[in-house]
Amino acid sequence: MQIEKYIAERKKTKEILIMTHQIIGYPDFETNEKAIDCFYKNGVDMIELQIPFSDPVADGPAFAKSNQAALEKGVKVKQCLDFIEKISGKYPITFLIMTYYNILYQYGVPQFVKKCKEINVKGIIVPDAAIDEAHEYYEGCSNEGISAITIASPYSDKSRIEKLSIAGDGFIYYVPRKGVTGCKTDFNLDVLDKISLVKEYSGKNVAVGFGIQNQDDVKRLVGVADIAIIGSKIQKVIEDEGIEALDNFIKSICSVN
Amino acid sequence: MKREKYTGYFGEYGGRYVPEILIPALDELNAMFIKIAEDNEFYNDYYSLLTNFSGRPTPLTYAKNLTEYFGKGKIYIKREDLNHSGAHKINNVLGQGLVMKRLGKTRAIAETGAGQHGVATAIMAAKMGFKATIYMGEEDVKRQYSNVFWMKQLGAEVIPVETGAATLKDAINEALRDWATNFDTTHYVLGTACGPKPFPEMVTHFQSVIGREIKEQIMTLEGKAPDRIYACLGGGSNAMGAFNEFLEDKNVGLIAVEAGGKGSNTDLHASRIAYGKGRVGVSQGYKTLFLQDDDGQMKDTWSISAGLDYVGVSPIVAHLSDINRVRALAATDNEVIDAFKLVVSKEGIIPALESTHAFAGLFSEIKNTKSEDILIVNMSGRGDKDIFNVGEALEDSDWKKFVIERGEQYAD
Repeated sequence: MQIEKYIAERKKTKEILIMTHQIIGYPDFETNEKAIDCFYKNGVDMIELQIPFSDPVADGPAFAKSNQAALEKGVKVKQCLDFIEKISGKYPITFLIMTYYNILYQYGVPQFVKKCKEINVKGIIVPDAAIDEAHEYYEGCSNEGISAITIASPYSDKSRIEKLSIAGDGFIYYVPRKGVTGCKTDFNLDVLDKISLVKEYSGKNVAVGFGIQNQDDVKRLVGVADIAIIGSKIQKVIEDEGIEALDNFIKSICSVN
Repeated sequence: MKREKYTGYFGEYGGRYVPEILIPALDELNAMFIKIAEDNEFYNDYYSLLTNFSGRPTPLTYAKNLTEYFGKGKIYIKREDLNHSGAHKINNVLGQGLVMKRLGKTRAIAETGAGQHGVATAIMAAKMGFKATIYMGEEDVKRQYSNVFWMKQLGAEVIPVETGAATLKDAINEALRDWATNFDTTHYVLGTACGPKPFPEMVTHFQSVIGREIKEQIMTLEGKAPDRIYACLGGGSNAMGAFNEFLEDKNVGLIAVEAGGKGSNTDLHASRIAYGKGRVGVSQGYKTLFLQDDDGQMKDTWSISAGLDYVGVSPIVAHLSDINRVRALAATDNEVIDAFKLVVSKEGIIPALESTHAFAGLFSEIKNTKSEDILIVNMSGRGDKDIFNVGEALEDSDWKKFVIERGEQYAD
């Protein structure tokens, strides 16, 4: 529930909230920290921090490689959690963890959820924690007051969206097309109509991710989606132009409001 | 076609842990898998392909010389090597090809380790008029280029996968990503009894023709069921194919032989069960025993045979092992090479290195065998196609010389 209140509060002064993303330990913790500092200073509302996993099936080639690169450098789950604790204590905005189910499973699902609460994480996004399977996870989150974010797609029908809405909490993460992270999405009228339907069927705030490239994409989502999620493009900006170039890009995204 | 009730769960294993985008594709596949049970035309088509295209039934060969050599037990070999394409993989692929047709899909994708399943899928696609894309770890492409050559000749696109360890598990991840992007036109022909529901049961179902034939053949030859059946265990498709028919007959010992690689005191193996190194986890869309570190990151595996070099294992086999219905062994690379030399020289049969693990498992237990025991080895594939790997594994100097000379000819 905390996330819902936070979104409502922030939406009083903003048309659309911005959520950004980092893979922890890629390219390194220092760059992560600089990026997060940049997000905060430019008014980003929520930050999704991804704990790397060896087999990230929902991620496209760019994120798959950076997951791998972080692991090859020896990044451990404990280091990631320590990092999140440090960062979430420093910046008064909402942090979410994104990872894959086996990371929680090996940590102990209830223990992981408890740990999230301790380190001031408000929500968790686990793409392979299917709602029909990962009951322990959804119950654990509900018990601890942590939002388990569920994901809907254009292929989710009304009854599925209702189920996703009941199982999860906080907001619905809507993926506006087939495929994985890192490819461009055309935010045409069809896509926008579907987002409105997801909002109607779920009765929740809707965050839209996968394929947002620039300010224009975000502008198109204003009035339709509640949150715009920018992931792969941030990694690309840092890789191609360096962390120094991130400020301009984030500034341009955040200036939509 | 009568079929046992299926649920997608096997003890604590199985399930369907996939990103939401894949749920409709899996629902659609599951519904079709249920529907074909009542579809006689489907099974007429399927058995016609198995008979007239793949050459089934495959023989059950009495291994007279091995039997005499050991002087214990009576050894038979189920000849899956005599399938078209040289391995059991085609049984499953032809079934899934017909499923695909009924689903109205026009493009097949598959993962492959050794290349056998990739070749089988490329053959099926050529035969049935589908497009095919095969994902193969970059490391495996290097190890098994001859199979890549055939896939391409058969008209398939082969995509080397660079991510992760660049082996079988990474090819599965990449195939899942492709499927998530293209499922409206594309069917994922998963090659082993792993992955999300309904794949473990569907693949087992299409492979169980092996065990049904074994039962009929051994009844004709010996008038009784076998005492033990040995099969190699990578993902689990040939093992489940051989075992499924005998699960209820508790007098038949079912032994799965994993890749022991360099041995249990190293990390260079792919033994999830026999070495006790696999831990319950969730990856690649299902829950099973995985070789993983304390954080839950999947480990690199090793085997002399690319086809057994896999980090997970069929959730069905994991469960059957838990309830002591299937017993797991591991054969090391060295044991496999010794067994290979023995089978080739004694029987005039060339097993794939994968299948040789099953022989090695049997040979390791032969001293505790009663002379009247009937023993069956499921020889999942033939080894002559693996000449580059076998030549290397046997460290055959004449073969190396030949390869170097041919390389030099091409370099000119």
